[in-house]
Amino acid sequence: MGTDFLILMKQEWMVIAIIFILMFIKIGSNEWKNERILNLVNILLLINFILGLFWNQEGTLFNEMYKTNPLIVAEKNILSLGTYIIALQAYSWLKNHQHVLEFYILLLSTLVGMFFMISAGNLLMFYLGLELSSIPLAAIANFDLEKRKSSEAAFKFIISSAFSSGLLLFGISLIYGLTGTLTFTELSQHLNGNPLEIFAFVLFIAGFGFKISAVPFHLWTADVYEGAPVSVTSYLSVISKGAVLFVFVSILYTVFKPIAITWYNILFILSVLTMIIGNLFAIRQQNLKRFLAFSSIAQVGFILVGISGASREGSASVVYFVLIYVFSNLGAFGVVGLVSALSGKENIDDYKSFYKNNPLLSWVLAISLFSLAGIPPTAGFFGKFFLLISGAGQGNYLLITIAALNMIVSLYYYLKVIKAIFMDPNDNPIEKLAIPASPKLALFICVAGIVLTGLMSYVYEYIYSLATSF
Amino acid sequence: MNLSALIILPLATAIAILLARGLKQVRTLALIGSTGQFLMSLGLLWAYWKERSAGNTSQFLFEFDYAWFAPLNIHYHIGVDGISVSMILLTAFVVIAGVLVSWAQDNMNKEFFFLLIFLSLGAYGYFISLDIFTLFFFLEVAVIPKFLLIGIWGSGKKEYSAMKLALMLMAGSALVFVGLVGLYFNTDVNGAHSFDLVAISKMHIDIASQKLFFPFAFIGFGVFTALFPFHTWVPDGHSSAPTAASMFLAGISMKLGGYGCLRVATYLMPDAAQAYAPIIILLSTIAIIYGAFATMMQTDLKYINAYSSVSHCGFVLLGIGMLTKTSIIGAVMQMVSHGLMTALFFAAIGMIYSRTHTRMVAQLGGLLKSIPIISTVFVIAGLCSLGLPGFSGFVAEMTLFMGSWQNADQWYRLATILACASIVVTAVYILRAVGSAIMGPVRDKHFNNLTDASWNERLAAGILIIGIVAIGIAPFWLNQLITPGAEHIMEHLGRAVSMK
Repeated sequence: MGTDFLILMKQEWMVIAIIFILMFIKIGSNEWKNERILNLVNILLLINFILGLFWNQEGTLFNEMYKTNPLIVAEKNILSLGTYIIALQAYSWLKNHQHVLEFYILLLSTLVGMFFMISAGNLLMFYLGLELSSIPLAAIANFDLEKRKSSEAAFKFIISSAFSSGLLLFGISLIYGLTGTLTFTELSQHLNGNPLEIFAFVLFIAGFGFKISAVPFHLWTADVYEGAPVSVTSYLSVISKGAVLFVFVSILYTVFKPIAITWYNILFILSVLTMIIGNLFAIRQQNLKRFLAFSSIAQVGFILVGISGASREGSASVVYFVLIYVFSNLGAFGVVGLVSALSGKENIDDYKSFYKNNPLLSWVLAISLFSLAGIPPTAGFFGKFFLLISGAGQGNYLLITIAALNMIVSLYYYLKVIKAIFMDPNDNPIEKLAIPASPKLALFICVAGIVLTGLMSYVYEYIYSLATSF
Repeated sequence: MNLSALIILPLATAIAILLARGLKQVRTLALIGSTGQFLMSLGLLWAYWKERSAGNTSQFLFEFDYAWFAPLNIHYHIGVDGISVSMILLTAFVVIAGVLVSWAQDNMNKEFFFLLIFLSLGAYGYFISLDIFTLFFFLEVAVIPKFLLIGIWGSGKKEYSAMKLALMLMAGSALVFVGLVGLYFNTDVNGAHSFDLVAISKMHIDIASQKLFFPFAFIGFGVFTALFPFHTWVPDGHSSAPTAASMFLAGISMKLGGYGCLRVATYLMPDAAQAYAPIIILLSTIAIIYGAFATMMQTDLKYINAYSSVSHCGFVLLGIGMLTKTSIIGAVMQMVSHGLMTALFFAAIGMIYSRTHTRMVAQLGGLLKSIPIISTVFVIAGLCSLGLPGFSGFVAEMTLFMGSWQNADQWYRLATILACASIVVTAVYILRAVGSAIMGPVRDKHFNNLTDASWNERLAAGILIIGIVAIGIAPFWLNQLITPGAEHIMEHLGRAVSMK
């Protein structure tokens, strides 16, 4: 039991250890310069990611409250990698910030919360993890203390998050009342699709819908993404969303398996709405953060298509897509964050003729956007293709036709940004930006990930081998 | 012969270009790379003949199969038959000519040549793919370079044209995607779904699904090859693109569509192809007639060639729709011939434009006196376009019309007659353009001081003219190259009829 306890929860322990190290530094020393702290955090997060790759075991703890298996470990590694990239990118923003340590302590607490949430084998554990992962996020969304928009964003986030948690809790309590258990394995045997269960399930979906910002529960997203600092926004849109998607798939595929037909129909409607609304609103955006917010809403629509496949391909392609999404979205946010931190510009119009002075950053942004749009040879193409294939596995060609048409709309607005960068004339383009080493490394990782994750089929095959059949 | 070299060589060239500095290095690398492609395609032709004359009758040669995404049964499966070899030859000819024509492209030269070479990579990969996932992958690889080439280096309303082209081609590939996925889920190869072209062709997909997914695939590929009414990107895209990009667009990229219509849509869904043939013929006849008359009204040389491309690519689809062996051979020959001819045409227009700074027919005149070589090139391209014997256009169109006439249905014959009649219109607009822009009095005295074609332009035009004349004077080799592939398609179609 003793070593099990350590090894099964190794990723949680690692992150908690990092939090404690940071706390000791906070208490023990005021002398440390920001650069030193940031470099230390980056190294620790890298170690966290690398150690996450070893000693993978399968098992449960605490009476099935906590479970882990190679797929869950891989999901956590994806989140650790994403957090590492975000930490690298946050360098230029946090370099002159007063509260660097607090930022990372809060950020890593949410990461621990997500780890527990993914590993949950019990609805209570799941709920605890979810709360731990969302409340500190509100605090860091407000981390640019002097900006009013930032506080507005944090406030919107905490309220919508509390509301969705309320819905989820109501759903959980109804399910508990109906079945008398909270354990996933037992729940799946007790559910039989009576109307009250469906009602509870709808509450569940609504709660999840808020967290992954699926239409019609997406209204908070754009404002929060715009107001929060770029690093927090990227964390929200990639890590936090990815974690919830992982849990969403595993809960749908195990606990709610008996009512698969019900949730298939719900997902169908949700995914169509999410793709269409996300895409149509993205066309109108001027602010790049808002733009990426709506594009990420549309991406969730595609992910829901993949989830609706209800197959081994479905769960594998979702994990695979989230990995690709980590690289592509962080690549885009990385450039936007860098430009915003160094020049304060965030509008698409400011990016006109961006290529003139910053060719490297332009290509990174372009490659990331192509990957988001699903253009080969970037990984996004493979990710989208596999999501849609698994969605079509149910024989619903209408759904994938709608999805394929939505890809054209999404290509339009991604190309609008590309057009601004490469083609539009501008008398006063953004100056040449000096990129510090760690954001450079982050962008390099993103581009390498975008290029390699797709072409190297090994990654998909590995994830597929971990995914359990439906 | 290892076909993957056709992908690796452009890739290596493109990477080398990224590392190079300055126009001289970049263009030298691009020329070396495209010469390598050229030699490799000739080597492929030679190897192909050798195999065939040694009695190798298997449908595809030089096959290579590697399980790419094993869980989904996606393979990197490549191989060629005569149809693909002729397409690869066409691509190599156009690429080397395109690189030579852009010799003086100084503005953002590295990006320009990188995108050109990258585009050729997509085309080669597409033509050698025997797995429809891989095929689709390469089809889409070729879309974005076109967008950037037109949008950055184009002229006129370039952003609009680039966006229109990218979105319409993307819409085409979205339709293709639905068609392919529909095919995939209706296959059963050893208990699993498959994207493999050969495996799918051996099984029979039920007719209802064929009828459902054929339009997706055919229209999707059709968008690439200017199927009426989805041809509207062609005039804008071609006229705004820089010279080399126009050549690539008309010479290679539109052929991707024709090849896909034949190889994927018609070959894999033969029943549906027969069922929908009247619609295909109707649309392609409209495209032929409409394209020809629309060309009559154009005053810009590039628009003239772009609209005539709509008309000429209509012949390709007409040949596919007629579903006889000769008409399919004719369609493939027309693809090769049109690719070479239109690339030559755009090259000549580019050379004229870079000297006179106008493409309007009314402002040009008497060019034969000042720039005789370029004018001759232009005239040769024009004569090939109107189907003068001795050039490839005549051979291709003749084969195509003969094949079409073999289809005995009276409405099909009416369509054939109408298509033949359009050649007269072609002659009118070509001769009018030649007469007023090349012959006649010198319209502008600045024209007297123009310099004639430089060595690179002569070489580019020479290579394309050799291709055109080689087909025009000795068409038999091309015919023989294509025939086995066309026979396989016919055999498949015949089997489909008997199953009904």
